[in-house]
Amino acid sequence: MTYLYNTPDDQHAMLKAIGVESIEELFSTIPDDLRLKRDLDLPPQMGELELTQHLSALAGKNASPATHACFLGGGSYDHFVPAAVDALASRGEFYTSYTPYQPEVSQGNLQAMFEYQTLICDLTGMDLSNASLYDGGSALAEAVIMALNTGKRGEKVVVLGTVHPEYRLILQTYFTHLGIEIVEIPCVDGIADLSKVEEIVDADTNCVVVQSPNFFGGIEDVAAIAEIAHKNDAVVIQSFDPISLGLLKRPGDLGADIAVAEGHSLGSPMQYGGPYLGIMACNDKFVRRLPGRIVGQTEDRRGKRCWVLTLQTREQHIRREKATSNICTNQGLFALRASIYLALLGPGGMKQCASLCTQKAHYAQAKLTEVERLEPVFTGSPFFKEFVLRDTQGNVEGLLAEAREAGFLGGVPLGQFFPEMDDCFLVCVTEKRTKQEIDALARTFSLIHSGGSTIHA
Amino acid sequence: MRNQQATQLLSELSRPGRTAVTWPACDVPEQPIEDLIPGNYLSDKALQLPELTEGEVVRHYTNLSTKNMSVDTHYYPLGSCTMKYNPKRNERLASLPGIVDLHPYQDESTIQGMLQLLFELQGIFSEISGLPACSLQPAAGAHGELTALMVAAKYFKSIGEDRKVVLAPDSSHGTNPASAQMAGFKAVSIKSDPAGGVDMEDFRAKLTDDIAVLMITNPSTLGLFEKNIREIADAVHEKGGLIYLDGANMNAILGITRPGDFGADMMHYNPHKTFSGPHGGGGPGAGPICVTDKLEPFLPSPVVVKDGESYKLNFDRPESIGRVRSFFGNVGVLVRAYCYILSHGPVGLRGVSENAVLNANYLLSQVKHFLPVPRGERCMHEFVASASKLKQERGITAMDIGKRLLDYGFHAPTVYFPLTIQEAIMIEPTETESKETLDAFVQTLFRITEEDAELLHDAPHSTPISRPNEVQAARSPCLRADFCST
Repeated sequence: MTYLYNTPDDQHAMLKAIGVESIEELFSTIPDDLRLKRDLDLPPQMGELELTQHLSALAGKNASPATHACFLGGGSYDHFVPAAVDALASRGEFYTSYTPYQPEVSQGNLQAMFEYQTLICDLTGMDLSNASLYDGGSALAEAVIMALNTGKRGEKVVVLGTVHPEYRLILQTYFTHLGIEIVEIPCVDGIADLSKVEEIVDADTNCVVVQSPNFFGGIEDVAAIAEIAHKNDAVVIQSFDPISLGLLKRPGDLGADIAVAEGHSLGSPMQYGGPYLGIMACNDKFVRRLPGRIVGQTEDRRGKRCWVLTLQTREQHIRREKATSNICTNQGLFALRASIYLALLGPGGMKQCASLCTQKAHYAQAKLTEVERLEPVFTGSPFFKEFVLRDTQGNVEGLLAEAREAGFLGGVPLGQFFPEMDDCFLVCVTEKRTKQEIDALARTFSLIHSGGSTIHA
Repeated sequence: MRNQQATQLLSELSRPGRTAVTWPACDVPEQPIEDLIPGNYLSDKALQLPELTEGEVVRHYTNLSTKNMSVDTHYYPLGSCTMKYNPKRNERLASLPGIVDLHPYQDESTIQGMLQLLFELQGIFSEISGLPACSLQPAAGAHGELTALMVAAKYFKSIGEDRKVVLAPDSSHGTNPASAQMAGFKAVSIKSDPAGGVDMEDFRAKLTDDIAVLMITNPSTLGLFEKNIREIADAVHEKGGLIYLDGANMNAILGITRPGDFGADMMHYNPHKTFSGPHGGGGPGAGPICVTDKLEPFLPSPVVVKDGESYKLNFDRPESIGRVRSFFGNVGVLVRAYCYILSHGPVGLRGVSENAVLNANYLLSQVKHFLPVPRGERCMHEFVASASKLKQERGITAMDIGKRLLDYGFHAPTVYFPLTIQEAIMIEPTETESKETLDAFVQTLFRITEEDAELLHDAPHSTPISRPNEVQAARSPCLRADFCST
């Protein structure tokens, strides 16, 4: 047996001590007619070598940044992960421990989570952070729940049309069946239409949800949106890109009351979409409404500084149906990775990383729009590391398929999210992309256009 | 050996001018940043992050790690959490390039291997559960509960029924009623009977015509198989309601009995428990759910389908509840579960449950002589002992015993849960512990019950800290380094 320790002799001795004849007898409390009378229909057992060959074969059928230059974004990003993040986070003492219910033997995790909360507050300019949630999308839903629970009567949730389309779908799933009104404000030129925000946000509005940089990469005027929302006594929820804060003003500086993010960019791989890191930070006033785990500082009996899980009266294991959320776990390992990443980069490293993204993305946008077939789509707003291109021949799928042949994951087709944008795609440029790769992608698109043979990245 | 430096915070170790990362020079023609992004959007001050060298960061976190107990270093019989060994092969396989580096919006043609894996895993989870349809999207067990309850709500809406009540036993995990509430239902608690099962009288009294779902944990939190499960399921189905199985305790019944066969309509798995995903200090988990055919149309989108020889993501699901999470799900955790299941095969998987149940019953048979186990002589994968008698006689609590175990190098069991047992000590050995470890644990536990009460109240004595003042932590919350007075 693969990971079992008991020998047949051990099993025999244990059965004798229990006072039964067989292991089978231990299951006698399960009514016979409910028992499975056959083996499960599963693939046969594989040893480690065989399994490694099997997984390697599956992995070999996938294209990854190791084989293709990745220009995909839209909430998941190919950022660089320093080796120290992997080395430290893979220590068994972090990796194979659990929720710190026994603080005396969990100070490593507890201090790490407390430091995570501190780092996230520093990064966002917010008062408080929890010890993390599942991912950016569900964190946004939790933020709306928190806003709805803070007492203001209005139940209208106003969401800007530039918020990640999947995040908006999550909000629909969480709230529409509860009868909560979600009003989406269509964007103009890839950016929120402030006059529409002014028009729609009113006294019945509980909260306003904005994403900046937004799904198209554009930087929103969050401060102006926050001013409109606050005039109407509505909560401002900003979804942000943590890497962008190396350059951009922080949610706390812009007037956000709750800041949420997809945090995987801080030191965790893309992993086909998860597990990721839901960042949630907020103003002091939400302290007893914040979902998820929170670590607080205290002293032990000898007066030594230490850390514990705290404010647990918010949580489901105490409050059951009256809890602020059903959330039980946090993303401890990914919060740890984010902390190590931020500690390694520091303020200078974060700024440089953000600057490299911005410089390269702008270079790429200029270079790619030189391609005759391509044109920029949203020109009226500044962007951070992503931008939208239009294929004037209206064949995004074909264009990107040929680019894949040449070794590029060239962009995310937008028709899947916005039917009216089926001739557009979203391009992302992180610090990992080189000038050579960007130039080669531009050349490839040109060659595809002129019908010539393509070159490999 | 202990290094006091590890208790310093990053901000205290920070010195201006240090850094651990050197980025490459910008290889594209650089422009002044203000020419790219208007100045009013740019931060005018540097982030207040710590400034450290790589060596300092490594030493800090390495020292911190040594302050944790973990499965790799200690016996960790934390009831209801299934702290089993986490195979190292799974870590390497889940980190293969081509697995760990895939972008969620890659074209389907470039992720056929990943989609094949996920498609097969959907089928594997369905086979183990006896429920034919599967969604891998939910991010954790509690998220799976919420998702399944939304599926139920949408199902009832589709047949024009307005049902509002979700029943759950009082011994259930707190996520059950909290999830029900979030999904828009009214959570109603059912009492447990003296034997630890569902109190059938209370169940029948609360089984009204507007029942939507009964959430049940089977085997229960007390480690008991619900002997009336069939009767309960039939009664709920007769009223038109659905049965939700909280799959937290699947480690006891793999290949032995299947939720779909004992009446469940929906369930979630906790792959980080049952299928050995590392617990990571509190996550990530994953919360895949399986449901019956009639609920399949309502599962979140997308699901993986096979179309001839190729695999596709199917978004064309008009009755779906939609999305509960961005992208596909917690794929990294799911890949580890897949590796774990393939490492065992069908017979090996049943062996997991057989040995988990054997270990638990062996421990129960040894422990009950000095710590009463109020609900039965037999258990499944875990059992709940009670320190109630010790408390009455000598003032020794479940907490005291748990804390003192730490001194002897054992992680404490779960204490004070479930709430239905006084001074509860919930012990789950898992199958990946040897008889020697279990014997050593029993001897230590016995020795502790004989120890001086005062010594126990002050325990632990040998850990990096003594008992923390949790009341102070909650009364004057200090939740970030620069906002603390102490």
